[in-house]
Order: sequence, then C-alpha cells, then structure tokens
Amino acid sequence: MILVFTIVQAVVAAAAAVVCVVLGLANRKPSDLTLGALALVEALLIAQLVIALVAPALGNPSRGSVVEFYVYLITALAIPPLGIVWALIERTRWSNVVLGIAGFAVGVMVVRMYQIWALQIA
Amino acid sequence: MPVTEQPRASTASPRRRGAGVGRVLVAVYAILALAALGRSIFQIVDRFDEAPAAFLFSLLAGVVYVIATVALAARWRRLAWATISLELAGVLVVGTITVFAPHLLGLHANDPFGRTATVWSTYGAGYLGIPLVLPVLGLLWLARSRVAKD
Repeated sequence: MILVFTIVQAVVAAAAAVVCVVLGLANRKPSDLTLGALALVEALLIAQLVIALVAPALGNPSRGSVVEFYVYLITALAIPPLGIVWALIERTRWSNVVLGIAGFAVGVMVVRMYQIWALQIA
Repeated sequence: MPVTEQPRASTASPRRRGAGVGRVLVAVYAILALAALGRSIFQIVDRFDEAPAAFLFSLLAGVVYVIATVALAARWRRLAWATISLELAGVLVVGTITVFAPHLLGLHANDPFGRTATVWSTYGAGYLGIPLVLPVLGLLWLARSRVAKD
C-alpha cells in the first residue's frame, strides 16, 4: 500500500460518511450526490486493489499477513455496492444514513489494511 | 421493499419514524456482524493455538451479531430481545475478564488492537466502543418501538 493514497482514501471515505449522514438527518432522500460519494469510495477501493496487486512486484511487499489484508480488502469492496443497492431499493432518508455508515466502515477498514500492510499491528 | 414502504407511510407516521431508525440499526449490526465473524474466522484459521478460548468467544459474538441482524431486519422481536441482551451480557462479561483477568481467556496481555484481540475485548475498545453502545441502543429501540405500537 501507499501511505499517501491510503490517507486520500480514508479522508474521502470519512467525508462521504459525513455528507451522507448529515443529508440523511436533514431529511434528504438518497441522491446522485450521496450515491456518487459511495461510488467514489468504491472506485478508490478498486484502485487500491490494483495497487496492492502491483506493489509487491515494485519492491513494496506487505510486511503483515497477505491473507488478512485481502480479507479486509475484499470485504471492504463489497460494502459500498451493498449500501448503494439498499439505498436504491429503500428510498428514504434513513438510507442516506446507511450510506454514511458504509462509508465510515470502509474508512476504518482502509486504515486497518494499512496497519496490516506496513506495520502488522494485528 | 418500496411496495411495503408506501402503505406504512400512509397509515402511521410515528411508526414509520421508528422503523427508519430501526433500518439504521440493521445496517450497523450487519457491519459489526461482518467484522466480528470475519475476524474470528480468520484468527481461528490462522492462529487458533494462541488464544483458543478468546477466539471461540469471538466466533460466538459474530454468530450472535448475525442472528441479531436478521432478527432486527425481519422484526422477530423476541429473538432480537434475546440476542441483543446476550450481546450486552457478552461485552460486559468478556470486557471485564479481558481488563481484570486476561489469563482466564488464555491471553498474556490485554491489547484491544493486538493479534488476539476480539470484538468484546476491553468492552469493544478496538471497535470504537460500538459493541458496548450498540446493544444499549438496540434494547432502547426495541422498548420504544413497542410503546409506539401499543
């Protein structure tokens, strides 16, 4: 993993979470903005997957458990699509809050993934 | 789900409000279930010998979260009461053991972020305390939504 890209990912995920939760609590239904925010989080995760696949060949191998890293990454990849499908099926303001929770969870997982890759704190 | 959403919205707005918060609870539970189950299965496969008792508790926690998620989503109130109460008991008991007597679970040290950490270690500190707060919110929601229905 690359530290700067990880920070960008975590910040985008956190910002998406805040926007979605605030709009949800402000009585807004899911919109292009909130769904798009989660789509952006997902796009960055896909970029992360590509980086993780290529990085070891470029002299940046994982210091921690590769299996644990990919368990996190694959789980994280599933979360934004599930949130988006949820929001498309149930078009209430609470779905925006759900999208926010999804974004928050991905942000936390990205940080954990970096810990596993670079520091192996678990 | 839009099919069931509309009639409910037109009949009783207070109930719909409670139902909405309930959906958010379901989402948080689903993610915690994923976190607890995924982590414990990985720990059991990768390093079961290091702390078997702690990992089995973690697996139990994961299974309970999955059942609680389904019970909340399907509105099986009795099962939701049972599983969420069990969670609260679990996080309090395991949290207390990990803080005051980690050796009882075969743990050498109490580190909520360590290799042998579980969802309930140190009252869920490794998960931002969510495992401690969530069952309380869940029980409050179950109690309130029943009042709203009566």
